Order: sequence, then C-alpha cells, then structure tokens
Amino acid sequence: MAAFTVARSGGRFLRGLYAFKGLGTGRYGPAVSAVRSVTQQQMRSYCAGHLSVQERIEKKRRAALVGGGQKRIDAQHQRGKLTARERIELLLDPDSFVEYDMFVEHRCSDFGMEADHNKYPGDSVVTGQGRINERLVYVFSQDFTVFGGSLSGAHAQKICKIMDQAMLVGAPVIGLNDSGGARIQEGVESLAGYADIFLRNVTASGVIPQISLIMGPCAGGAVYSPALTDFTFMVKDTSYLFITGPDVVKSVTNEDVTQEELGGAKTHTAVSGVAHRAFENDIDALLNLRDFFNFLPLSNQDAAPVMECHDPSDRLVPGLDTVVPLESTKAYDMLDIIHGIVDEREFFEIMPSYAKNIVVGFARMNGRTVGIVGNQPKVASGCLDINSSVKGARFVRFCDAFNIPIITFVDVPGFLPGTAQEYGGIIRHGAKLLFAFAEATVPKITIITRKAYGGAYDVMSSKHLRGDVNYAWPSAEVAVMGAKGAVQIIFRGKENQAEAEAEYVEKFANPFPAAVRGFVDDIIRPSATRKRICRDLEVLASKKQTNPWKKHANIPL
Amino acid sequence: MASYTVSGALQRVLFGLQRVSFKSRCHVNTTVSQYSTVYDSNEKTFDKILIANRGEIACRVMKTCKKMGIKTVAVHSDVDSSAVHVKMADEAVCVGPAPTNKSYLNMDAIMKAIKQTGAQAVHPGYGFLSENKEFARRLAAEGVTFIGPDTHAIQAMGDKIESKLIAKKAKVNTIPGFDGVVKDAEEAVRIAGEIGYPVMIKASAGGGGKGMRIAWNDEETREGFRFSSQEAASSFGDDRLLIEKFIDNPRHIEIQVLADKHGNALWLNERECSIQRRNQKVVEEAPSTFLDPETRQAMGEQAVSLAKAVQYSSAGTVEFLVDSRKNFYFLEMNTRLQVEHPITECITGLDLVQEMIRVASGYTLRHKQADIPINGWAIESRVYAEDPYKSFGLPSIGRLSQYQEPVNLLQVRVDSGIQEGSDISIYYDPMISKLVTYGSTRAEALQRMVEALDSYVIQGVTHNIPLLREVITHPRFISGDISTKFLQEVYPEGFKGHQLSDSERRELVATAASVFVVAQIRSQRFLGNLRVSSSQQERRRWELSVELEKGVHAVTVSHSGSACTVDLDGKRMDVSSEWNLASALLPVTINGTQRTVQCLSRNAAGEIELQYFGTSVAEGQEICVIEAMKMQNSMTASKTAKVKSVHCKAGDTVGEGDLLVELE
Repeated sequence: MAAFTVARSGGRFLRGLYAFKGLGTGRYGPAVSAVRSVTQQQMRSYCAGHLSVQERIEKKRRAALVGGGQKRIDAQHQRGKLTARERIELLLDPDSFVEYDMFVEHRCSDFGMEADHNKYPGDSVVTGQGRINERLVYVFSQDFTVFGGSLSGAHAQKICKIMDQAMLVGAPVIGLNDSGGARIQEGVESLAGYADIFLRNVTASGVIPQISLIMGPCAGGAVYSPALTDFTFMVKDTSYLFITGPDVVKSVTNEDVTQEELGGAKTHTAVSGVAHRAFENDIDALLNLRDFFNFLPLSNQDAAPVMECHDPSDRLVPGLDTVVPLESTKAYDMLDIIHGIVDEREFFEIMPSYAKNIVVGFARMNGRTVGIVGNQPKVASGCLDINSSVKGARFVRFCDAFNIPIITFVDVPGFLPGTAQEYGGIIRHGAKLLFAFAEATVPKITIITRKAYGGAYDVMSSKHLRGDVNYAWPSAEVAVMGAKGAVQIIFRGKENQAEAEAEYVEKFANPFPAAVRGFVDDIIRPSATRKRICRDLEVLASKKQTNPWKKHANIPL
Repeated sequence: MASYTVSGALQRVLFGLQRVSFKSRCHVNTTVSQYSTVYDSNEKTFDKILIANRGEIACRVMKTCKKMGIKTVAVHSDVDSSAVHVKMADEAVCVGPAPTNKSYLNMDAIMKAIKQTGAQAVHPGYGFLSENKEFARRLAAEGVTFIGPDTHAIQAMGDKIESKLIAKKAKVNTIPGFDGVVKDAEEAVRIAGEIGYPVMIKASAGGGGKGMRIAWNDEETREGFRFSSQEAASSFGDDRLLIEKFIDNPRHIEIQVLADKHGNALWLNERECSIQRRNQKVVEEAPSTFLDPETRQAMGEQAVSLAKAVQYSSAGTVEFLVDSRKNFYFLEMNTRLQVEHPITECITGLDLVQEMIRVASGYTLRHKQADIPINGWAIESRVYAEDPYKSFGLPSIGRLSQYQEPVNLLQVRVDSGIQEGSDISIYYDPMISKLVTYGSTRAEALQRMVEALDSYVIQGVTHNIPLLREVITHPRFISGDISTKFLQEVYPEGFKGHQLSDSERRELVATAASVFVVAQIRSQRFLGNLRVSSSQQERRRWELSVELEKGVHAVTVSHSGSACTVDLDGKRMDVSSEWNLASALLPVTINGTQRTVQCLSRNAAGEIELQYFGTSVAEGQEICVIEAMKMQNSMTASKTAKVKSVHCKAGDTVGEGDLLVELE
C-alpha cells in the first residue's frame, strides 16, 4: 500500500513509526520517561525486593507497546492498516500523547482466558489524551492485534474513563474504531461495556464534539457508538459497519452480499448516509481528521474557533456576479459560490456523496468557523427531499449545539413531489429541517441566490424562523411557486396564459416582493457577499438568544 | 515547466519559477497603455459607434472610443448578456442566441440594432463581419460608416486569387502557384506537379490557417484537396482552392499599413508571427529580429503600393512569407484590425483604433512615413484556454474559477474580454487574452514576459501558459532562429512541458517543504482566548520527506519568522517569503533569488500543487472525431481497447468531462 511507503520514509507525523521499530529503547513519550524517573528515585529508597517490581513495570510497558505481538502487527500492516498506536501518533501532535490505563488487563477467567499468554497489558484498546494543533483532545484507539480489538469489560471501562474526563474538562473525544465486536468469552460483561459507552455517548452529545473514525470492522452492537457520535468517517476498502455480517444476512434473508457492498465506505457514504465522509487510507483519514478538528470548538462552552486568516474579509468576488445563469431553469454549481466566498476556497464538505441536492460543510469566514448549508441546483434542481432534509437538519443541529454560525444559500424550487416521497414520510422528515433551523439560536445568515419557492422558502432559514440577516441577490425569486404553475391556478381556464405568465414573472420573479415586506434585509451585489457576511458575523458574534426552558424539545424523529 | 509529483507528507508539486516583485493579490484595475493618448478634442468624429464583435477586441475598441468621448453600443448573444464587453458599453443590444451564425454573424439583427440605437458607425473588430463585403455594402446603403476599408478593397483582397493578381500588377512579389478553381483531386495533382513539390493547398475564401494543407507528394495532394475543399465548403460555402509553391523554412512577417481616403498610405513596420501551430499564431513580436532596414523598407513600400492599388483606407495588414535569404513573397492582405495589432502600437506609439476612426470619418493621416519610429521591442503571447500537451493546444472549456491578470507589472498590457467567473464556452474562440510586454530591448521585453506569465493566475480551465513560457525561454527563440515550423522542430514528439534541472528540482522541493511547514504552523494559530489552555510550543525543526516525480527527498526545515532554512541532499537553502497562503501567487526568495511560484492547491494530506504543468501523451488509434471551435481535433485512445459503448451522437454538443466513448 502506497501509504506505507510514504509512512516509512518518515514524514512529519511519522516519527512514531521509528519509535516502534526501536521498541524497548524506551523513548516513548514524556509519560513514560516521567514515570521512569519517579520509579528510579523510589528504587533507591526501597529494598532489593522492589527491583523486581521495577523490572516488571518495564516488562509490562514493553508488552503494552507491542500489543498483540510483531506477527499480528505485520498482519495488520499487510491489510493496509496501521496499528492502534501508529494511528494515535499520526493523529496527535508529536510527543503530546499521554496514555492512561496501560496496565489494565481483562478480568475474564473462562475458556482459558486467565492464562498469562492470554493477558495483554492495556488490553485491546489504547486510551489517553493529547493535542491536535495544540488543542486538547481525548482519544481511544482500538487495537485489532489484541483479540481482534474485541470489547471486553476492561476495554469498555478504559473508554468510559477518558470520556468521563473529557466531559469534566470539556474537550472532544475521538474514537478510532477497529474491533471485531464483543468479547464473546466475557458474555454479558462485554454487552454491559457497550451500554456504558452508549450512555456516555448520549450524555456527552451536544456537550463535547464526538468523532468516530472507522478504520476496520465495526459490527453488531458496536455500530451504535459511532452512530451516536456527531461525525462518523470511514476508510475506503478497509472499514465496514453493519449490524449483522454477510453470513447472517445470507441465512436470514438469503441475500448474497459482500462485506464491502453491505457496509463498506461507499455504501455508507452514498446510500445509507450512516457515514459522513470516507478517506483513501489510514494516513489520509488521520491527516484529514486533524484538519477537520481545527473547525470545531472544544465544547459547547466555547465559541466557534477563530484562526489566523490571510484572506481579506472585504475581498470582492467578481465571479459571483455571473455565476447564476440568466435562464432560471439552468443549473449551476452551488460549490462555485461557496468556494468563492469562504476563506481560501477551503470547504470541508460533510456527506459529499449523499443527498447531493443539499450541500453542507464547514468553512471559515475571516478565520471564524461557520457551517454552510446550500441547496445544490446541479442535482435534482436543488429541491428538498427526505434524505436532504435529514442531512441538513442533523448538520444544522450540530452547528447550533456548538455555537457555530450558520450560513444558508437558498436556491430551492420546493419539496420533491411523488408517492415515493409522501409514502416515505417527507412530511415528518422535512419537518426536521424546519425544526432545526427554527430552533437554532446561533447567528443565522441567509442568502437567496435564486429560487425560494413555497414551503421550502420558509424552511431554508428564512426571516420568519429568526434569521438574523437575510439577503437576496438580484436574481432572487421569492414566491409560492414558479410562474407556470401559478398562472395555471390563478388564471385557470383563461386564454392568454403566456401573457399572464409574463405578468406573474414581472411581479413575483424578483426579490422585491420579499424586500418590500422586510423579509429580506437587503438586495446585495453577489460580488460583495463575502464582505457583507464577514461584517455581519463580526456584529453577530455577541448575539445572545435562548429558547424557553424545557427538558428537551420534541423534534419529529 | 513540467509535471512533477511532490509527496511525502507532501505530494504532487507542479511549478514555474521566475522572479517578480510582490504586489499582487489585490484586485488592481489599472491599465497600462502603451499606445498614444494624444487626442485632438476639436476633431469631430462620431457620437456613437456600434461594435459588431465580442470579447477582447470589442473591449479594446471601446477603450479608445471612451478616450475619444464616443458613446459605444455593444451587441451580444444571449449567453454573453453579462460579458465584459456588454458591461463596458454605454448601450447593449442582444442580437440572438449563442451560435455565431444566429448572433454575431446575423446581419439583419445587427442592422436593426444600429437603427434602434442610432449608431453612426460600426467597428467590426476582427473575424465575424470584419471582412464581409455584404455587410459593408448594407451599412453603406443605410448611410452608416463602416470603420474599415470600402467594399471594393474588402472584395479584392478577400479573394486569394484576385488579390494575387492585383498584387502582381502592383509589382508586389508573389509566390509561384496556380490561381484558379480546382475541379478534382487529379487536377490538383497535375497542378502541383507543374509548380513542383512541396505545395500548399487552401481555400480561396478562408483567412489565416483555416483549410490550409501542405502536400509533399501526389498522395498528400489528393488528401489535402479533399480536406481543404470540404472545410472550405462547410465554412465558407465556396469551395474554390488555391495551390501554390510552399516556401521552405519560411518566416511569417507582416506589414501593418494605414491609409486614409485621400490616397495617403503609411507602413507601420513589421510584425514577426512565425511561432504558429496548425497555422495559427501563438507568439508575435515587433519588430522582427530577421529584417534589416533595407528589407523592411522594401516590404513596407510594396505593402503601401498594394494598399494604394486597391484605394485602401483604414488599417490593414499585408502578410509576407520570408525565406532564409530574405526573399519575401506576398501571402495575403487582411483588410481589418489584426489580433496582434497591440505590438505595433507599442513600438510606434499610435493608437490604431483611433486612427481607424479618424480615417473613417474622413480625416487625413496625421503622420508622415518619416514620423513612424521603432521604439523598443514588444512581444505578444496569445493566452488560450487549451491543452498545450495535445497537438500544441486543443480547446478546453470551463468556468474561470480564479483569474488574475498581471497588470500590476510595469510595461505589461493585457487585452482581454473576460473576468473571474466568466465561462469559456464551446461557442466562441477560446482565447483568454493577449498578453503584451514591452521593453527598450528585446531581452527586456522577454524578461517581462516571463514575469508576466508566471504572475498570471488562471484556474478552472486548462491553458497554454506552459507552452508560451517554454517558447519564449527557448534558446532558439531567444537567438531569433525561428520559422513557422518552430514548434514541430523543437518539439517533434509534441510538447511535454518543462524539464527540470537538478537545481530547479531542489528549489522546488525546498519551496514545497517550506509551504508545508508554514501552513502547519499557521494551523496552530488560534485567535482569541481558549478556555482550555493550549500547549504553546512551536516546533523549530521539521524532518520531512518530499516526493517529487516519484523521487523521494529527505528534507530538514528549520523555521524562524518568515524564513525557512532547508537542508536537502547536503545543500542548504534559505527560503523566505511573506507567506500569504490565501493568495495564489507566492513570491519567494530562494538563496537571494526571487521566484514567483503559484500555489494552486494544498490539502490536509500534505499534497501541494505548485504552479502548473501536467503532462499528457496521446497515442493509439483514433476512436472518434469531435468538431470543436476552429479546428478539427481528433481524440485518441491512450491504449488499445475495444469500444464498449458510445454516449454521444453526431451533432451533439459535448462539454468537458462528458463521457463520450467507453472503452473496455
């Protein structure tokens, strides 16, 4: 695998790999050396009996660092995967990882598990905290080389410990999943472990960002932990997520399906919408995760992060003046607008291959993280349907939970009609997006680039849903529906439909009806959009708005 | 410039290096004019001129009109409604849908626009209706002035056979050849035999390189006859052909003439246009390195005598082929403003459009022949949206996602009719701009051209800057040893991009490594108070491995302030810059030498794309032919394969990235 030739050549993040080659030389992080200096001092003041303790500590540490042993590490590499510790080393800043619970071992005594050769210090997960670009993060990384990364009671307890700590200090948790599932030998203890994690995932939801990166198998009950976290990323070709594997599927429904088809990265990013994005390989995934992490605040008590920015906030974007085609039926790429407006054309798209008629993702405006939601006229005319509503709603709620301002670009002809949509429950699913926008109290800026028709106009962060600043481009058309349909209703049975249509276009196919009522705050030149948004975000930075007290709202799930 | 892959934690780096001062990134809108701004405001010409053209030439004409206080009217097709020339004009009229024969060539609509707006004169630019005698006649009938020569001159010079007869009479050197209608392939072979190979076959009615084929034997003559007559018939509806002696090792040198309606004519020196591909000009310069004053004068005088012979008025160009012994032969006369007219303006100080307008309104020329100077040297590069790695340029289309002209540099003139966000569509010529640089010497002008090309930011379409930059830095070009076969001779295998020298490679690796380190450091700079303290310890030393063109380099970078010190293969390099990572232009100083690098993209995985130039080679069998823009292009399969399915049918319009043919 190409990634490994890269890794072995020793890049910026890859010094860790050398550390593993030189195992036993003991130069693994400050934690290790700190502990050693303490133990050396202790050594002098205790009797010779304790020398053996010192040796045992060293031995255990060495054992913990090699996990399931060199053979299994080689096998892991052969599958195109990095080991649990290599992954942490890549993800975190150099020398920043502080490990917890290196001495924890499983407590199972059935099926010969109590034997010494079946005990691994640290068990099948590496946990601790460290820094990504100097910001604190808690991490667990499941170790496939120890019992296939299976979840034992001890394994779960280690994960719970760092999650609890993360909640105490208010810092995100990143899980690197690579586990065969429950430790069958432990029975219900393993199941209890899962539930303990689930509970913490739920309590932490909306308090600290939680990110899952699936880097190997993740099956059965285990899938619900990633599903409960805010973002699930996958690695192409080496990661799978499913409730039941192909064998069980075959025996129950008689379907022939491969692991990849059933729960591979492609399935979950394009078909099911379970995963938010997929990456080429372990290295690509971890480096992208570092990049992604920079967009997020550490917890719901922090404002959206602001980074040093070289892109002038008052930059005009002349290209936007011509981006919307003159024919209102012609498509254009909403990404052209987003890339033009955001800092340095940098846009981290979430779910780029699922429900492509809506675009969501993170970017920065004058250095500050913003969440961007945009209808995509290029796909299905940018209409809202079940999948795009759910995709948009979840993203909006994440932004609202973590104080990230939301910028919405509207070009929506309405909700998608048809039996498939109605039977599928477009009413309750569409309501999710409406709910999410209405409920959000973060700064909300909306730009109507072209069509804003019908109920979809209301939904897309309209003024009526407490939009803070709502703009229209000169090309905006805010109306109940397009000219043709409207004329058929208003002038039913009358001749001269074409004339009526022209009248309707003249009256409604422009931003004025909304502007005269104050439903848009201004009609702006597209090229000045970036400048306006940056200025508004400055002002809205001190926005304070709260919803009435409630136990929690009842979003139409 | 060529294609490279830089990787490690970094990958794929493409680049171009040259020195330039750091000024850009703000949207400067200054235009540096190299032509005369002298204008006598008492000279009454027209109140309103309609420009029957689009793109850069329409903008160019409007600039002069504005200077002269003349109101302008633009015509446009519906897809051009928000084009630059439309915004620039005082009034604009839509004359039809996108295809040129329904809009810019639609005489009825344009005549209507003239009536509607009350324009007193029409400037046709080049191409479209500029050499259409019918259009000139209709304007005359309506009492509207055509800014160009009269119908008689257009007709006489527009026909290749007739123009040669007139030239002969005017004692202008002409090429031995057959002037007439060729009935069939066998007659073509007989005529070719009489003239002697090699011969050139082309359509009588076509201009430039259109429909021109060269034959070295009977077989090629038959093929050339077929192709030329086909293309002539489809493009001009007139399948008359011209067969003539092909001049070996020829240079294409043309003389700019300017004549008034009172029998006065001037020659404004020459333009060397030998760098061509498929008989279309790529790089032009004025003056030519090849001409001595005697030859220049002889050519100029013949050009003027031809102009006088047809009672020419307005600006025109007499094209000559010049052989290695400085014999020159008349090729054709273009009765319009040429694409490459700016270089003549640079060295003579005249504004040709202004002179055309004056002459059209009946004034006599202000200059005498002795007043026409050669001041310095000017070079023009035609920047096209095309892929130079395929037949020196196959058209490419798309949206200019980022576009920044190097107009902040001194002595640089950019004539363009597009801006950021413009679409390069299949309907019109894929020219992006004409980049003109000027200097007191040729070396100075060339140096500026290099700087300008390096600072030219074009993203969203494939463009030919890699080729332009290689041509103007090629030793043969610098020494002036060029001919119309320059590209085929220098790049017999096709253009492959710049080949890096070892020191260039090191500079590139060092720059890429520095960009990576700077970006990494910046990604730790959070502003504002953090609730959880961050561990502030900036790394000073970075060990990287950089992969460039599959070669892996171990690099150590130490960073302090704006300077990076890079250790590479035992060599130490100091790389410093302002490190503005938001700008596409990245001026860096490497060991004291200034270079302009463009950073096209960076991603989280450490892949950095620095300025330009991927290579692509086409080989194998021809699988389908699409007709795009001006030339017939053949798509070739890069390996032998079976055709699985075809997704287009004849007559379909295809876009870039569309799936046409699937192979197994």
